[in-house]
Amino acid sequence: MANDISIGPAEPGCKKVDPILIADNVTRQFGGLTAVDVQHVEIPRGKITALIGPNGAGKTTFFNLLTGFDKPNTGSWTYEGRNLAGVPSYRVARLGMIRTFQLTKALSLLTVLDNMRLGAQGQAGESFFKAFIRPLWSGNEKRITKKADELLERFKLDTKREDYAAALSGGQRKLLEMARALMSDPKLVMLDEPMAGVNPALTQSLLDHIKDLKKNGTTVLFVEHDMHMVRHISDWVIVMAEGKIVAEGPPAQVMKDQAVIDAYLGAHADTDLGTVAINKIELGK
Amino acid sequence: MDLFGVLSLALNELISPMTVGYILCAIGLAVHFGFTGLLNFGQAAFAALGAYGFAIAILDFGWDLWGAVLFGLVCAMGFAALLGLPTLRLRADYLAIVTIAAAQALRFTVGSSTMEPITGGSAGLSQFGESFYALNPFPEGDYNIGIVTLTNLEVWMRVVAWGVVAAAALFVFALTRSPWGRVLKGIREDEDAVRALGKNVFSYKLQALVIGGSIAAFGGMIFVMSSQTNQPTNWGTNFTFITWTILLLGGAATILGPIVGGMVFFALLTLIESGLEILVNAGVLPFLQIEQVAQIRFLLVGLILMLLVIFRPQGFFGNKKEMQFNG
Repeated sequence: MANDISIGPAEPGCKKVDPILIADNVTRQFGGLTAVDVQHVEIPRGKITALIGPNGAGKTTFFNLLTGFDKPNTGSWTYEGRNLAGVPSYRVARLGMIRTFQLTKALSLLTVLDNMRLGAQGQAGESFFKAFIRPLWSGNEKRITKKADELLERFKLDTKREDYAAALSGGQRKLLEMARALMSDPKLVMLDEPMAGVNPALTQSLLDHIKDLKKNGTTVLFVEHDMHMVRHISDWVIVMAEGKIVAEGPPAQVMKDQAVIDAYLGAHADTDLGTVAINKIELGK
Repeated sequence: MDLFGVLSLALNELISPMTVGYILCAIGLAVHFGFTGLLNFGQAAFAALGAYGFAIAILDFGWDLWGAVLFGLVCAMGFAALLGLPTLRLRADYLAIVTIAAAQALRFTVGSSTMEPITGGSAGLSQFGESFYALNPFPEGDYNIGIVTLTNLEVWMRVVAWGVVAAAALFVFALTRSPWGRVLKGIREDEDAVRALGKNVFSYKLQALVIGGSIAAFGGMIFVMSSQTNQPTNWGTNFTFITWTILLLGGAATILGPIVGGMVFFALLTLIESGLEILVNAGVLPFLQIEQVAQIRFLLVGLILMLLVIFRPQGFFGNKKEMQFNG
């Protein structure tokens, strides 16, 4: 089926017109278990890509590998043409590839505003020697605070500005984590289950924020279990099972893929099919 | 001993160089634990290195005062780097294990007979304060401060000691209010989150370890300066745990906390000791002997601390709001 994202038909490991991230032969084993075994995958620039798959498919592990939070057994990947294998996580973030976590990591005993400020890059006062000389960083601080306030307003957290992050609800923490990730104007945002534990009333606003990201030219890659969200906002869907990429394509096409339906969506879209699903994927092939 | 004597003893303890030594170590520990979340159970070693570095530079190298201070400082910084480089990439507990073990190893090493030509072995080093006391600007005589009487040299020692405390407090205050300090607090809360925001967490942790260790080195120098004796027995694990007690008493992520915590701890210790002695001598506590008082005071202080931790876990100056979220 033709589409404007991939070169040629949409199939696992297909080439993209304009990839921002290209991974090759990335494997990660935990003892005897192969958690990730990705032969080739490309993430299209400026699009919203969903990474889906049953529990234990290796989605989060793949995220950890790409962002330098875990080391693969084999493999290499490039981001903006730059080889990222072996690059430590903080450098990956500085290059403009910012991630969030499945279990939200709000910095509890920092205020919401300080959480946001910490997300900014290029604050000179974060160096030890410059920290003592306020004029060297007060200008930066003003600029950062202004930006933080704008983002907090956009994410409707401006009234919580001075509160400890610990005082926020689970959904608000998700919002804070996403807003904080945007402080550095990332080129690629990687969201690990942004909807998990979020009150349905907040879901729509989170979805809108993700769509806004795309509008501003940011590439989004997210892991999600909520199929409505995947169908609703993603331009491209990558399906993982048992560490491998088993299907790829535009959401409408992927959701029709018999293997994916059997495995993951089908009649039991809301239940976790676990190993049964994976077996079916094998059969489907 | 009368009440007046007891109070003057306690007051003396409140401002003594020994108290200051502990306070400085507790300020260093506030940087480690309170602001960065590093579990350092070997603060005694950093203080010991400051003291030994200073004494060795004076006695063995024949250096002047400033050279010796600098050498003590460099020793503690080197030790921080030595411990931090291999362990700060690992989980927090590893630093705790390594620091407590390294502090013990250091104490046995400087106290060994092999090291005697340099460190004085188990007898330690003494009479290294000449160049320090030579700078004393106070004319000879006795000085009355409230109900405490001090010699001019004792006054000089206390002025310098508290000057260093003030400098250390301002230094840490400036740091913790800066963006640099914000990164440290972020690391304390969740280091992976801070890493994901593009901060070199390892480097910040190492900086914090070195800075807190350096402040402890000053504490060690002041600790041994008033008596001009530096022995390995000064730097046992009890030194580290008294430092921790002071920190938690005052409030871990505060700057005034360690200062007031240290003063209260030692004043309390003296008050309890003297008070018990009076009671035992008066025959009110027939089950206690006068020789047991020194031991039993720690027991009572421990009890008071337990009550404090239960009913005021944030310490004197900690933020009650912060503790509510930890429950």
